[in-house]
Amino acid sequence: METFQIIVLLLDATLRVATPLVLAALAGMFSERAGVVDIGLEGKMLGAAFAAATVAAVSGSAWVGLCAGILTSLMLSSLHAYACVTHKGNQVVSGMAINIVVAGLAPTLGYAWFRMGGQTPALNGDSRFRGIVLPFAEAMRDVPIIGYIYAELISGHNIIVYMAAAAVPITAWILYRTRFGLRVRAVGENPHAVDTAGIQVDLMRYKALAVTGFLCGIAGTYLSTAHGAGFIRDMTAGKGYLALAALIFGKWKPVPTMFACLLFAFTDAVQARLQGVALPIVGEIPVQFIQALPYILTVLLLAGFVGKAHPPKAIGEPYIKER
Amino acid sequence: MIKKIAIGLIAAAAMTVGGLAQAEDFKPAIVFDMGGKFDKSFNEAGYNGAEEFKKKTGIEYMDFEVTQVSQRAQATERMARKGASIVVAMGFAQADAVKAAAMAHPDTKFTIIDMVVDLPNVQSVIFREEQGSFLVGIAAAMASKTGKVGFIGGMDIPLIRKFALGYKEGVMHANPKAEVIENMTGTTPSAWNDPTKGGELAQSQFDRGADVIFAAAGGTGIGVYQTAADSEKFAIGVDSNQDYLHPGTMLTSMLKRVDVAVNDAFTSAKDGTWQPGIKVLGLKENGVGFSVDQWNKNVLSPEMIAAMNKARDEIISGKIKVTNYMDR
Repeated sequence: METFQIIVLLLDATLRVATPLVLAALAGMFSERAGVVDIGLEGKMLGAAFAAATVAAVSGSAWVGLCAGILTSLMLSSLHAYACVTHKGNQVVSGMAINIVVAGLAPTLGYAWFRMGGQTPALNGDSRFRGIVLPFAEAMRDVPIIGYIYAELISGHNIIVYMAAAAVPITAWILYRTRFGLRVRAVGENPHAVDTAGIQVDLMRYKALAVTGFLCGIAGTYLSTAHGAGFIRDMTAGKGYLALAALIFGKWKPVPTMFACLLFAFTDAVQARLQGVALPIVGEIPVQFIQALPYILTVLLLAGFVGKAHPPKAIGEPYIKER
Repeated sequence: MIKKIAIGLIAAAAMTVGGLAQAEDFKPAIVFDMGGKFDKSFNEAGYNGAEEFKKKTGIEYMDFEVTQVSQRAQATERMARKGASIVVAMGFAQADAVKAAAMAHPDTKFTIIDMVVDLPNVQSVIFREEQGSFLVGIAAAMASKTGKVGFIGGMDIPLIRKFALGYKEGVMHANPKAEVIENMTGTTPSAWNDPTKGGELAQSQFDRGADVIFAAAGGTGIGVYQTAADSEKFAIGVDSNQDYLHPGTMLTSMLKRVDVAVNDAFTSAKDGTWQPGIKVLGLKENGVGFSVDQWNKNVLSPEMIAAMNKARDEIISGKIKVTNYMDR
């Protein structure tokens, strides 16, 4: 029973950690499937985290914060689009520029506005997304196994975790079952053909990047107003790059990408749990080794099990009409 | 390595250049480290000490907030060049910067907090963190209903192991059967500023049965305290008094009187009593302690305060020996 509880609690932590990764990876999927490399996921998330925390602190409402986060991320995303779709700039450089600008700008603005060393004031009450207890969770708790899973694992998360869970099937549906999705994929594979069919390539890419901005905004908001309680310098801590890795890991497909995110999050949850615990035979494992575990696992899986990943064919290339 | 370590601790560097100068041209200076002077913790304590000195004497001081690793050496050097009488450098990250500046300006006085720099014009102030941690460990053991308490450190470095060991000994002193769950946030400087991870570690410790957590993790601690408040369990703050962050779930804070150290450095340099060498501040010197205030009066019981005061006296008299991780 105890082992069972530990596993459920580990999975519970996995869901919390995976949420921003899933949202950011799906965001990256729209952009990359449309043929635009988006290394700026990190910066967009950070910008959204800052805007959401600032607005939530001032307005006292997490929902207003969410809107601000999405808006900021959308603006950064359209900047990226303007630089590398309209003006055919280098996509990696533009993305990196966004990361660097936000990493510097957010703490600077935070410092100027709140005088708290680049942080925003701690959020509480309605200015954060709190856990939602699903109906019957407490009543179900005593039902063996299923009740416990329902009460601990399914219930009690904040709204954004459920949004991320819903985002996966919705993204899959949009990409594979709608006209918009078909065009996004086509623009990333063969923009010339799309152009011949009378669809504006640049407009499609703008639209895809808008979706990217929207999802990144939610991911960033989650960091500062739901999982955390306030903005702190560099709080994304590489999650944007991790999401990008998960995207490649998942071969640019929604469900495998989600599993890749869950795997990263699970190793993270396990390493928190393994620290200082003496295991049979090997004894206590050093902190350094445990913390390297997620990365070792990533390399092993990428090298051995995933096989060849096929990126969208037109990725990274600005579309220039031949004359 | 030392450099890396230093980045993380919300460190502040203050240089005091003074000494022989007359009171009217006494120019104290302080260099804060990354985190900035309003970090609610280490640097802010240094800022408060400098402000106190200004209020008392009316002497303005120069200050600089390091926002990038590369600025440290420049900042300290510039203060010395500007003719500062004493430069106080906050935090162990500044050791290399202080060393270089102190060698280049042998007539300038330097005080470094949290690190030892062995030069004839440098005063090194270090704290007996293990003694303060021992006391809050007693409070944690007494407040715990499950007999399990947690510790969350920032970056895995000896300084933080020092906190952890003292805390553990304090817990065992109050309840020999207690269990201490220990986690370090990471092995890189980003471990000082990862509140999300701090929150996750706290959640995992609560899930394992702990109901009091002591966090010595800089900005990461904010996530720990938040999770404790959300789960209605206790947390213990560090360095500055952090009880006001979540009244009702902050049991107490382990205080490190960096403000006193900075104020003393300025004052002694002005009076001409400043001495180079190593200055160790423990319980006896009131350099470390715990907080009792309006925010934690409902959670920190008189019995806990009495037990901590008793242990405090016994540590000072030598009856209780707290192991210093660095001496092992």
